[in-house]
Parts: sequence; structure tokens; C-alpha cells
Amino acid sequence: MEKNKADNYRYLAVSVIIVLASLLIALLLGAFLFLIAGANPFEAYGVMLTQPLDGLFGITEMLVRAAPLMLVGLGIAIAFRSGILNIGGEGQIMLGVIFGTAVGLALPEMPKIVLVPVIFLSAFIGGGIWAGIAGWMRAYLNVNEILSTVMLNYIAIQVYLYLLRGPLIDPKEVSYGTGVPQSAPLPEAAWLTRFIRGFRLHSGLVIAIVLAVIVFLFLWKTTVGYRMRAVGAEPKAATYSGMNVKRNLVLAMVLSGGFAGMAGAVEVLGVHHRALESISAGYGFSGIVVALFGGLHPLGIIPASAVFGLLIVGSDMMQRAVEVPASIILAIQGLIILAIVSSNIFLRNPKLRDRLFKLLGGGKEAKIDPEGGRA
Amino acid sequence: MAEIIERLEMNHITKRFPGVLALDDVTMNLQKGEVLALLGENGAGKTTLMNILYGLYHQDEGNVLLNDKKIQVQGPLDALEYGIGMVHQHFMLVPNMTVLENIALGMYQRTRFKMDLEKVRKRVLEVADRYNLTVKPDAYIWQLSVGEQQRVELVKVLTLGANLLILDEPTAALTPQQTDALIDLLRQMITQDTSIIFISHKLNEVKAVSDRVAVLRNGGLVFEGATKDHSAEDLAEKMAGREISYPKTSKKEEYGRPILQIEKVVAEGDQGTDSLQGVSVEVRSGEIVGIAGVSGNGQRELADVINGIRPVKEGRIQLDGVDISNYNPQQIIDLGMGYIPEDRMHEGTIPSFTVRENLIMKDYRQEPLAKNFFLRKGQIDDHAASLIDSFKVKTPSMATSCASLSGGNIQKVILAREITRKPKALVAAYPIRGLDIGASEYVHSQLIQAREEGMAVLLISEELDELLDLCDRIAVMYEGKVLDVLPREECTKQELGLLMAGVSHGKE
Repeated sequence: MEKNKADNYRYLAVSVIIVLASLLIALLLGAFLFLIAGANPFEAYGVMLTQPLDGLFGITEMLVRAAPLMLVGLGIAIAFRSGILNIGGEGQIMLGVIFGTAVGLALPEMPKIVLVPVIFLSAFIGGGIWAGIAGWMRAYLNVNEILSTVMLNYIAIQVYLYLLRGPLIDPKEVSYGTGVPQSAPLPEAAWLTRFIRGFRLHSGLVIAIVLAVIVFLFLWKTTVGYRMRAVGAEPKAATYSGMNVKRNLVLAMVLSGGFAGMAGAVEVLGVHHRALESISAGYGFSGIVVALFGGLHPLGIIPASAVFGLLIVGSDMMQRAVEVPASIILAIQGLIILAIVSSNIFLRNPKLRDRLFKLLGGGKEAKIDPEGGRA
Repeated sequence: MAEIIERLEMNHITKRFPGVLALDDVTMNLQKGEVLALLGENGAGKTTLMNILYGLYHQDEGNVLLNDKKIQVQGPLDALEYGIGMVHQHFMLVPNMTVLENIALGMYQRTRFKMDLEKVRKRVLEVADRYNLTVKPDAYIWQLSVGEQQRVELVKVLTLGANLLILDEPTAALTPQQTDALIDLLRQMITQDTSIIFISHKLNEVKAVSDRVAVLRNGGLVFEGATKDHSAEDLAEKMAGREISYPKTSKKEEYGRPILQIEKVVAEGDQGTDSLQGVSVEVRSGEIVGIAGVSGNGQRELADVINGIRPVKEGRIQLDGVDISNYNPQQIIDLGMGYIPEDRMHEGTIPSFTVRENLIMKDYRQEPLAKNFFLRKGQIDDHAASLIDSFKVKTPSMATSCASLSGGNIQKVILAREITRKPKALVAAYPIRGLDIGASEYVHSQLIQAREEGMAVLLISEELDELLDLCDRIAVMYEGKVLDVLPREECTKQELGLLMAGVSHGKE
């Protein structure tokens, strides 16, 4: 038995080695981008990866970014695990912001203990409805959800911009004639607590971590979570055992969008205290990378969102220090996605796994079915 | 075209997988114009040995000689260059391409720029015609039943012109007549510079088709000799390393009330035509009724409609007096239906889920496994441990994913789950397809047990031995109709075989 356990750890180590190796390759390719941009890659990576950790400002900012990334990532993971792809995080964030802000502005007198949950709930509903549309179209009309979620993004963005310039605009912007497209500030009771004076780090991070644990419990410890994973893993078998695949697809999408919506609420309540034009900063897309990087597992997504928070803050700092465009970070993010996605192929290659496994000294005792081949 | 294979030798082949010696110093040879049967239980190393010959794996020790020249096959394409072609047990077909396109895929590497599909069609029809294997060139693979897909595989490798054929259980989906025809054909082929390695569990076929037989057990070669010198029983014992006897049922005086009543059911198949054209069958409590037939004649659709997976267009299905036509699967399960599906890898189980998770697929919401939306780990573990124990599932642990179990053990997981739910009726579709003798024996004993406990069992199969061993009555399905329901005593293999081929009993 003990021997078997050691082998299990070796198998885990094999996976970790493969993922780390592919990340290293991504960073190496990124180094060429830096060279082309005329920067020293060592210096650039040095700034990007270490400077944010050097001081309270960098660390808190990293965690401020991590909170919405984590929420979007959790939503994406729920959808992916249930066999439906959600590329519409961006639009769902917008809907979350609209619903959350509107409700927050409509209830100026509420005490904090009621107001914050109500806003989160409305943001959840906003994002959930938006994603639910795509889920419903996929389940009952067989419309590809990648197409529909991406298209719904465009609609959401335009609706959002319209609302910020019209119905939702801060009355002061109109009376002063400045016309900046942003909503009125939310009542102070809606603001999330900031932990350290002078820094933006707020309780949204705690909310996100708690929700990550809840998602973990939901997916692996409840009957509904079991059903959703079954539907995602093998719809045919799910149908066979009496599960309603279509209804589960819609549910998965609603939950997924709900989490993106809550990411919007976190940004409004924690950082800006109002809705403004470029509130999402691409979290809807980065969240997909976070979810994949975290292995589509809630407890992997927590550290993954911190890593991506670091990359975002680090790239801002790098831009100033090494003078390369921050958009290069987008390219590096792209490389990382490619690396993670392609590492899957190696993870599934039994020959490679066996070789690494043997190198680590494993498999001396364990019995593995030879005809199965993929133990 | 590849050089003709006069002589193939595999010398002292050893292959290790992590922790397992899959092949241990196996030496085997094959002459031109010979059929060698390769026998062994699942896990004995047959597939590994053939995969080495086919270039999918490389041996750790030993060598392969082809016409006395040492070769190292690099992969399937390379194998075809040497004239070695293989029909796999698990089909290597692209589901969303047509039959013709799938066959063309194998030639695609050898052509430049342009693929003349019409030429391929001609060649395919020629081969299909010559070997009497009907295929629908323009059907999509996903529309075909497992049996039809197997036929496509056969036609494919024949069309590609291999002269050493490795056939991994090629007759699994054929009628007895087709099997006989195939055996004749194989015997004919070997007179024309071809040699064949034939892997099968069916000893009757092995006896009929092969010149020599080699038996593998636990990775080692335990026996090799001329087929004619050994009886089927003899070979079975060499394979299993112990005595084997298939369990049989005996005639009962009385049966219980009708449980599963299928009345004039019409339903559509995937191709949009009526695959069931007024099927009527009744199964009583404590009875096993067999549905014989070549797969693709509506069996899959029948199993689907009974279990609520496919809509019933006309007619009625009753389960213990309740009309369940067009109920959803959950309702039907709740009313007491059990189902062992044909596709055990993707329908009967979720391969990426653990054994423990697969065992609760139908009861995950019921107490004691769950309470108030929460799964109860302790109860689920106990449930899994007791089922693994009582159904003798061989698995490293209950947390092992089903994907890494052998076919026989996956089937045991399904059996354990379905039978312990104590359903009133049980539909079993091809329950021993691809399983070795030991596992088949076990599955049969469980079905008999279910019968003794009063379940109404509908057994869909194409194996006449299986049907004649187990069933109280046998119905033959052909082109969406049930031709005749006969008590077992009145059935002979020949007669059933004719009915399966569409020749109606006593008429025509």
C-alpha cells in the first residue's frame, strides 16, 4: 500500500513537471518578444515577476486583481466541468455591473449587512441571465455556445456603454456638462471594507476565496454538483442514468455567468464604487486562462488567480521600468494559454508519462493493467 | 504493393509497462498461407503483442524477422508498407465521415493532390462484393451500429491490400452465416499469398478457421500447436488455466406475471427512417427473453425506446402495468428498469469518473448515499466497497477511474450497479461482447441469478451460444421487425441463423 502511495505522488510529480516545463517554454518564447521589443528579457522578467512582490503596494494590487479573476475563473470552471464552454465572461461582467449598480443606487438607505449581499445577488442574476441565454440556446436550439457567448459580449458592451451615457449616468456629469460616462457613486454602505489604509485591498478577495471553497464543495460533495460533472464528462452516460442533460447545461451556464456577474460587483463595490466605462480590464478573458491554469479546479484557481494578478501588476511595472508596451503581457498570456493547452497532449501521452515515471524511480511494485495502457 | 510475406518470426519478445511484465519472452512464427489463432484472456498480452507487430509499441527485448530480414515497424502506416494490416477490436473510424471517406483516409497518404473518391468507391464495392460484406458507402459512421462499423473496418483493411491480416475478434458482430462465410473467405484468401493472425475468444471459430493455435497467459506463451489436434474444451482450459463450464438455465414450469410488455412499437433510427417497425415482445417475471439478430437491425433503437432515450412514435411499452412510452429515463428508472447498455465505455460508465462515482450513477440522490443535497462519503465508500467485493471487480482501489479498468471489470461495475438496484426488468445489450471466457461466465451467472430472483430479463445478443444457454424464449429481429418468438426448445442454431439473415421460418 505504501509503495502505491509513493507511486501516486510520482504520478502527480510527473504532471507538475510537464506543466512547469511547458510554462518555461512559454516564457522562453516570450523572451524573444522582449528581444524584438528591444528589452533585456532577464531584466523584463525580473521586474515583472519580482517587483510586485517587493512591497505592500505591489502585493495588495496583485490581490485586488486576483479577486475578480478568481470569480470569473470559478464560473468558467463550472461551465467547462459541465461540458459547456463560456467565452462570454466579459459580457456577463458588464451585466453584473449594470444590475449591481442599479440595485445599489436604488437602495440608498439600506444597512451594509443587507445591501452588499443584495447587490451581489443582483449581479449574480444579471450575469446568470446573460449566460443562461447562451446555455438555453445551446441546449434547446443547438446553437454553438462559443459563438453565442462571444456575440452576447458585443451586445452587452454596447448596452453597457449606452446605459452609462444615458439612464445610468451620474446626474452631476450632466449638470456640470462634463458628460464622463460613469454612474453616480454608490452609497458608502455598499462599499467593501478596505483592510489597510491607503491601499485598495478589499474584502472582495475574502468573498472570492470563500466562494471558491463553496464551489469546490458544490461540485464534489453535493448531488447537483455530481450531476453537473457527470453531464460534462459523458453526456451519453448521464442521459442513460436519468439525468436531464439539457437542463443541466442551462444551469451550468447560469451559475457560470452568475460568477462573472459577481466579479463585476466586486470591481464596483471594492475598487471604483461606481460603474465606469472600462471597468472589466479584460477579466472575462483572462479568467478563462486562470481557470485552465488552475486545472479547472476551484482550489487550483485560487493560486492561479494570484499568479495572473501578479502578471498584470508586474506588466504595468515592467512597462515603466523597461519601457516595453504592457500589451506584450497579452502576448505572453497568449503563449501561456498555448503552453497549458498543449501540455495536455503530453499529460495524456502514456509513453512520455511512463518514461518520466520510471526516471522518478516509480512503478517497481504497482500493478497496472497492461491492456488498459493508460493507467 | 508490399512484398509478399513468406515468413514472419517474432523472437523472444519482452515488453514491460510500469510495474507489469506484459510479454515475457514470447516466440512465435507464421508462414505464408497459414491462419494462426492467437488465444488468451483479456490482459494475457495478445493485444500488446499485436501492437508491437503493428508498430504501436516497441518491444524492450527480442526482434521481429520478416522474410528473414530484421524489421522494426514504426507505426500503422509503416506496417501497411510491409503488408501488415490490422482490424482493431476498438474501431479506428472517424464518426463524422462517411464510410467511403474513412476508407479513403487510409489511402490518402499514398496519393498526391487529388483523391478520386469514385475510384475508391468502385474498389470498395468490388471488395465488399467479393467478400460478401455489405456496407453503405455513403452512410456516416456515427449512424452505424457497432456491428456495421466492424464490417467497415474489415472492408477497409481488405481494400488497402494488406497481405498479412491481423484480425482482433473480427466476428464479434456477424451472424453465424456471415461468420461461416468469413471463415470460408479467410481460408480462400490464404491460398492467395496471404497469411492471417486471428484473435478470438470463440473457440468454435478458432477450430474452424485456424491451422495453428498459440495460447498466451499472463504475458507468456503457454501453448502452441496444430489446431486439429486439440478440442475446444482443451483450448479453453489452456487459456484460463483451469476448467471452464458455461452456466445454463433450465426450463421452468411456471413464470410470473408479465413485466415488460412491448406492443407494436414504431421508432425512428438516427438516419430518420423507422428502425423499429411494430415490434412486440413480452417478458415475464423470472424469464429471460433473447433478442437475436445481427446488430443494426433495430436492437439499439429497441433498447433506447424501452429506457426512454429515444421517442416512441407509435405503440406502447408497459413496465409492470404502467405505460412508460415516452417517459423520461429518470421516470423509467424510478419505476424499476435496469439497463446494461451496449456501449459500456461511454454510456454505461463515465470513464473519467472513479469506480466509486460510477457505482452511484443512478442512486446518487437516494438515501443513504445522499441526504439533503449532500453526498455522504462514508456511505458511498461502504456501498462501493461492498459492491466491489461481492461482484469481484478487480480494481486497484475504488478511487481508480473506470477508464483504466479492463472491459470485463467495467462490465462488472455496471452489473453491480444495475442488479443491486433490484429492478423489475433488466435490459442487457450484448453483455459479453469482447469479454474473455472468465468474465463472460461471470456475467452469465449474474443474469441467471437475476432470473432466479424474478426479474424479467431482455437479453439482446448476436451470440447464439449465449442465447441458447440462457434464454427461455428467443425472438429474432430483422430490419426492425421481430420475426418469430420461439421457445428455446424449438430453436436450433441453423434456424436462428437463417432467421437472422432474414429468411422467415417455414416460409419462402
